[in-house]
Amino acid sequence: MTLIALMGALEIGLIFALVALGVLISFRILDFPDLTADGSFPLGGAVAATLIAGGHDPWLACGVAALAGAASGWLTAWLNVRLGILQLLASILVMIALYSINLRIMGAPNMPLIGSPTIFSPFIGDNFDIAWQVQPAMLAALIVVAKLGLDVFFASQAGLAMRATGANARMARAQGIATERMVLAGMALSNALIAVAGALYVQTQGGADVSMGVGTIVVGLAAVIIGETLLPSRTLWVITLATVLGALLYRLLIALALNADFIGLQAQDLNLITALLVGFALVLPKLKAKLARKPGGAR
Amino acid sequence: MLRADTLFKTFNPGTPIENPVLRGLSLQIDSGQFVTVIGSNGAGKSTFLNALGGDVIVDSGSLHIDGKDVTRTPGWQRAGLVARVFQDPMAGTCENLSIEENMALAYYRGRKRGFGPALNRSLRELFRDKLATLKLGLENRLPDRMGLLSGGQRQAVSLLMASLQPSRILLLDEHTAALDPKTAAFVLELTDRIVHENQLTALMVTHSMRQALDRCHRTVMLHQGRVVLDVAGEERSRMQVTDLLAMFEKTRGEAIDDDALLLG
Repeated sequence: MTLIALMGALEIGLIFALVALGVLISFRILDFPDLTADGSFPLGGAVAATLIAGGHDPWLACGVAALAGAASGWLTAWLNVRLGILQLLASILVMIALYSINLRIMGAPNMPLIGSPTIFSPFIGDNFDIAWQVQPAMLAALIVVAKLGLDVFFASQAGLAMRATGANARMARAQGIATERMVLAGMALSNALIAVAGALYVQTQGGADVSMGVGTIVVGLAAVIIGETLLPSRTLWVITLATVLGALLYRLLIALALNADFIGLQAQDLNLITALLVGFALVLPKLKAKLARKPGGAR
Repeated sequence: MLRADTLFKTFNPGTPIENPVLRGLSLQIDSGQFVTVIGSNGAGKSTFLNALGGDVIVDSGSLHIDGKDVTRTPGWQRAGLVARVFQDPMAGTCENLSIEENMALAYYRGRKRGFGPALNRSLRELFRDKLATLKLGLENRLPDRMGLLSGGQRQAVSLLMASLQPSRILLLDEHTAALDPKTAAFVLELTDRIVHENQLTALMVTHSMRQALDRCHRTVMLHQGRVVLDVAGEERSRMQVTDLLAMFEKTRGEAIDDDALLLG
């Protein structure tokens, strides 16, 4: 694998680290199985691409994408806590509704951004040769900020209340926590992160496509699960770190599998590799326990 | 202090499994009283406590705590008035959070939660001092996961958590029922101490008549969703378990068939 291919894998990995952090909030912290991601990721992309193509500031585009994502997550949570629709079903409803909405936002199935300014362009300037270095570096900085921000939030009084809501809602209510509001806010936060990832994705890939969201949730979950297997912990800042590392490792493994010519895998095998990787990550803890039990098997 | 007036609650109304649990329950409790509630299975004890805590909203009747009408107030908004310890040690704490995080959650009960750090040095110091009074060695285990503690330890911490913030009333829902006799005795002793030290108004549901008579100022018996016996003061201090049983049988008009009431 060339250095440029490696950096490309890193770049996508960093973007999906943001998705994974969002999935961590919904699935793990709030215990809310949420498939909205498949809709909120392209929503962020569609909003950002449309605004940038319309001549708006790319940072502003990312901000509006975050708000749009937050609204979609809030809606999923609202369908669940206020209307009593099953969590999974509520998220599927929002996800398919977003497909139409994304088409409406872009006015077409795709929107190219070739030559438009992005958040990266001021740092790249006219020297396009350094884009493959600048983009991952900037994304890495953004991910560090997001991770540390989440760590600070979940150690705060409000953040702890959100964690208690997912861990034991009845106890949380007895302590005076408005659990419904916590679910609404947490789901908004989760999908805001995922939508920002979508906004960054279109800026690195040179355009938005309405089908770019397919499988987002699987990738996010894969990263969370690989992270948990890699670095099992109950401490929150370690969990967020594991999630980010899980996303990076996942993309690197995919890149390795696709680049190793002797295996003979091609781009269309991506989903198959994903399934195998996640399956392996899921059984790995059990395999480890089995090996440890066998005398002499541990080393 | 607490005034419950003709509370009615029916679960699954209009269905074949319709279950009228509270049928005109009225009860008044003065400030500083420690009241035990007894009654057979299905008498409405837990539903009454859940109605006070806000988990259950009554169909009709009115509920005042400290002069405030809380009949329709959701549970989380009552948390400033009501502190609770549940029957199931799992229910009152978050097993995936640490001991100090659980205590921090309780420390902000009924107060606004902002974006400031949930834990700091002085809070940890406070929690350590409180835990040290339990003499269980938990003061050295603040970062440990709650799930690592035994049921008795968790109930003891739950009691501490309930006393971290002032409350108008403490609700104890058979909080020793899931514990072995020795641990149950320890938790009961702790309950007496915390209620006494903080001069709490408390309502304790129990299955054991012995427990009911050994402590508190007043004993209330529920049957079929109503108060059928309410003894306090002189009359109560002369009572024995057998007297209570006799009254219990009289109100039911049938022989006692619940072994759990005789034991303990």
